[in-house]
Amino acid sequence: MNQETKLELETQAREIRKGIVTAVHSAKSGHPGGSLSAADIMTYLYFKEMNIDPANPKDPNRDRFVLSKGHIAPALYSTLSHRGYFPTSDLTTLRHTGSYLQGHPDMKHIPGVDMSSGSLGQGLSAAVGMALAAKLDGKNYRVFAMCGDGEIEEGQIWEAAMFAGFKKLDNLTVIVDNNNLQIDGSIDEVCSPYPIPEKFEAFGFNVISIDGHDFDAIEDAFAKAKATTGKPTAIIAKTVKGKGVSFMENQCGWHGKAPNDEEFEIALKDLEVNA
Amino acid sequence: MSDVVKIATRDSYGNALVELGKEKDNVVVLDADLAAATKTATFKKAFPERHIDCGIAEANMIGIAAGLSTCGKVPFASTFAMFAAGRAFEQVRNSVGYPHLNVKIGATHAGISVGEDGASHQCNEDIALMRTIPGMTIINPSDDIEAKAAVKAAYEIDGPVYMRFGRLAVPVINDNADYKFEVGKGVLLKDGTDITILATGLEVGESLKAAESLEADGISVRVINIHTIKPIDKDIVVKAAKETKKLFTVEEHSIIGGLGSAVAEVLAEENPAPLYRIGVRDTFGESGPAVELLHKYKLDAEGIYEQIKNNM
Repeated sequence: MNQETKLELETQAREIRKGIVTAVHSAKSGHPGGSLSAADIMTYLYFKEMNIDPANPKDPNRDRFVLSKGHIAPALYSTLSHRGYFPTSDLTTLRHTGSYLQGHPDMKHIPGVDMSSGSLGQGLSAAVGMALAAKLDGKNYRVFAMCGDGEIEEGQIWEAAMFAGFKKLDNLTVIVDNNNLQIDGSIDEVCSPYPIPEKFEAFGFNVISIDGHDFDAIEDAFAKAKATTGKPTAIIAKTVKGKGVSFMENQCGWHGKAPNDEEFEIALKDLEVNA
Repeated sequence: MSDVVKIATRDSYGNALVELGKEKDNVVVLDADLAAATKTATFKKAFPERHIDCGIAEANMIGIAAGLSTCGKVPFASTFAMFAAGRAFEQVRNSVGYPHLNVKIGATHAGISVGEDGASHQCNEDIALMRTIPGMTIINPSDDIEAKAAVKAAYEIDGPVYMRFGRLAVPVINDNADYKFEVGKGVLLKDGTDITILATGLEVGESLKAAESLEADGISVRVINIHTIKPIDKDIVVKAAKETKKLFTVEEHSIIGGLGSAVAEVLAEENPAPLYRIGVRDTFGESGPAVELLHKYKLDAEGIYEQIKNNM
């Protein structure tokens, strides 16, 4: 990746992270930690990888994205708004009564949201259904799904993985946001889903492990996923929960908590400094 | 009665899917390792490329159906009622109901007429569960003709539909020229002035027989087929409440949350009237031949007759 592109993506990711903390601060609730850990991958997907058109969000031939870890809706909304699906100024209405920006993704009311999600474990199955539809119709759109590393403790994830591997859905790419933290603690202390790559390999996936904040590695992984035929790909992205905000990084306490006014100011400053 | 044609509505489901598949290219059928029992194997034979066996993973099947529907397919997700409404309840609620996706659920082996498999597989709670999901249409057909009509009607609805089918072969009762199936409209099968029986599913046929015995005792019985539990036909219920002295609901389902509850809700809010609910009375089923179980649980014509006589 050339320096110019990388700089553009980093700048975009920084704006998306600011949008995340702004939205969660305004909502006085929500999930900043996992939103910040996933922000670089979301940025890459929506600004480089996916074949999408914000002016035509229902294009039947578009690529699809399912946020299986639906609680990081702030990351999705911030990304969609910065990509042009709706005004970034609406981010401050997150979780407010009457706003279309629901606490978890709502496909009925939010432009660009391809699937309602939020109840953990369910999104991947829907993504598998979309990938299957493409195969049935002989279409070449691709489907991306993002799961949390805690989320994969849900059994339905593995039902979906079994089906995707068995059906050789090579138009499906699953990203696991491996920030190592869930609500009750670190994932290896709560109910460890490790080793993650081996599990997806066993279910017939092409598995790529990367640093989820390194745009060169992200680009390389999605290129490999696209080139892989005969099996779905799982990208296991090692990330830092709360990435970019000093006091949130690697703190499971910031899984589902909003910054107060003072913390919000620090967060915005951190995101400038960390650019 | 040997000349009466009997067909299980699960067979009707399989046959109707084939007919629908011929007309509509976007129909896909999903199953969870029960194609031989749910009768989607009939569709699989005709359209193997449009039949998707998801294996023994009902939650995932519902999710896949949701995803398919967002891409223009009209999926009919099929398994036993126990697993469609029970095990996958939250997937139906969150992945299908909440986004109001165009997913059809074909739930077979409902009620105690599952028979020998026993209580673990006899779902008497599915209507109750499905009724709570906003936007869900629930159809419980009474015979082969109605089951086939229900499948066609479900396709035409833009949104989720739960269809309830049975394992037991039941008499064809709607084989008349002016039969018309309309979602949300109860069917007046027999007029009467003393009492009204509101029945659903296989209990419609049993109720018609029970009505004959009641008539022989000098009781004038109105019989209404409520094939659509949700949205319920309020008008036909209120009219019956006004024109007859007592209402009886009959269903092969728990008296909690099913047709009986739906009718009670209408009466309580629109036109309070005496009601007695005939159904599975807050208990689990058990193993045994279906016909024997229907008799034991007083859900055959004789049991319905007896319960009505005791609760006049």
